[in-house]
Amino acid sequence: MASLAIRNLFHDRIRLAVTLTGIVFSVVLVAVQTGLFLGFTTTTSNVIDNSGADFWVTSKGVKYIEVGVPFSEKKLYHARAVEGVQEAEKYIVRFGQWKRPDGANESCEVIGFDPDTTLGGPWKIAEGSVHDLKLQDTVMVDRFYARKLGVTHLGQSLEIRGVRARVVGFTEGIRTFTTSPLVFTSYKNALRYTDVGADQATYLLVKAKPGVDRETLRAGLISQLSDVDVLTTAEFSAKTTRYWMFGTGAGVTVIMAAVLGLLVGVVVVTQTIYAATIDHIREFGTLKAMGATNGYIYRVILQQAMVSAVIGYAVGIALAIAVEASSRASGANIVLPLAVRTGLFGTTLAMCISAAMVSIHKATTIDPAMVFKG
Amino acid sequence: MAAIEVRGVTKTYQEGSTVSRALNGVDLDVEEGAVTLLMGPSGSGKTTLVSIMGAILRPSSGSVRIAGREITGLKERELPAVRLNHIGFVFQGFNLFPTLTAAENVELALKLKKAPAAETRKRARALLDDVGLSDKYRSYPADLSGGQKQRVAIARALAGQPGIVLADEPTAALDKDSGRVVMQLLRDLAHKRGRAVVVVTHDNRVLEYADRIVKIEDGRIAGAQDRDSLNLEVTHA
Repeated sequence: MASLAIRNLFHDRIRLAVTLTGIVFSVVLVAVQTGLFLGFTTTTSNVIDNSGADFWVTSKGVKYIEVGVPFSEKKLYHARAVEGVQEAEKYIVRFGQWKRPDGANESCEVIGFDPDTTLGGPWKIAEGSVHDLKLQDTVMVDRFYARKLGVTHLGQSLEIRGVRARVVGFTEGIRTFTTSPLVFTSYKNALRYTDVGADQATYLLVKAKPGVDRETLRAGLISQLSDVDVLTTAEFSAKTTRYWMFGTGAGVTVIMAAVLGLLVGVVVVTQTIYAATIDHIREFGTLKAMGATNGYIYRVILQQAMVSAVIGYAVGIALAIAVEASSRASGANIVLPLAVRTGLFGTTLAMCISAAMVSIHKATTIDPAMVFKG
Repeated sequence: MAAIEVRGVTKTYQEGSTVSRALNGVDLDVEEGAVTLLMGPSGSGKTTLVSIMGAILRPSSGSVRIAGREITGLKERELPAVRLNHIGFVFQGFNLFPTLTAAENVELALKLKKAPAAETRKRARALLDDVGLSDKYRSYPADLSGGQKQRVAIARALAGQPGIVLADEPTAALDKDSGRVVMQLLRDLAHKRGRAVVVVTHDNRVLEYADRIVKIEDGRIAGAQDRDSLNLEVTHA
């Protein structure tokens, strides 16, 4: 025989539907908002995270990658002279003005790197090669932004800041948080696409020799380079993410929406489980009169809450995954890794169990003598 | 030894500064193998007394022994076991679980007793057979008549093989014939199976099934009569 909990749960289908709707709503909202948050944090720092560098040398006080202040390339030679440096390269990250074939202008983010090195170049290359960027006036853009930029095919020539830019490759899945598409090009080309001076760079990317103590290397770089910050890739990534997520309020908004989703879920589930308990309160009184312990009653109510949680989570996460899949074709970047899905299952269970606690209190403190009231 | 011994039991309720006394020095013995009727007007303390005898309510003072064990000093968490092992309840409103079938309602009581899973169905059906509901195993309470529901409730009350059955107005919601069937079952429990059966009732129609009638008024035992002194004509065997 199915347990009393399951029978009671499925007996009132409308109430069950309301409960599940609350849970599903909550799961979808929390999943999508969390996914958006993760998507945002990934896109805000993806250029840094995928740079392959161990250290980023920036002008003093740079808060995030898009606002690097150019400095003299002489620092590059000083950096290369530091003991423990395997590789150091000039790097440019700068907003530029992309001109579409129809004459309209689009803001873009020019990433200038040295194609002869492994540092700071594009990843997720779908078509073309980094080596093609050694040629003059060549760029690589992401397919997702091709339409926005007016790019229809490889080899197409457009303009950045009035300078020819020929598309020689596509990446796939490199999003940008600023909505200005990333345009990868060589350092030399980037100098012409931006306002960075010929003897300048906005960053230096440094790779350490294997086995070199990072803090010693950092100290060496600081001692040799004046008026700069030397940040590990993780530090600069976190700094950039922190700025975009919390400095601008974008992340706070997303987190608040996720928390609100959770709260709405808890309220709806608490209300419906409580109402269901009240509906069955006489039965709980009867159970107590029959000799059931409070532990038995806990289990009945918790079982109902957990079954609701499992069903609600299953439906909710399926919808959230569908939203995640559809986001790949839209401007929003939602990321739902397994850890988030698993964590959300735990959160849903916790939400339903905490909602059930109110009902448990009500059911276990009832006077069993109530059963004698006809 | 009486199945239930009540000595000097009082029960008071306090609401604000007002103290009301529901029971006032009640002494009562409930014997095995007999049907004891508790009768009295509304508010006389019948239900309070049966709640105390059923280890559901604690007296304010006095002593209650069930199957020879003093229960007034037991901790709250110890009382469910007393109810589970010694007492079966039959309620005026039947109190069946509407989402469970007749057999499942009885099985639930057996599960509370932690009866082996393999036996619960068999025993539940045997209990329903005993109350004449062999054809209603799979019926839900909503599909049963009032009398049938009360018979399921009696089968459920007997599932734990209690020595005591406490029935609160078991015929109040039933028609005359159904009431008779239910009372006959309760009397058989006492006479044929040696249970101590206590019936709280207003219904004079059930007098003929009593072995003893205890009258309560204003929280006190106002009188008790044995069957022999009642001069009742039993119309149903």
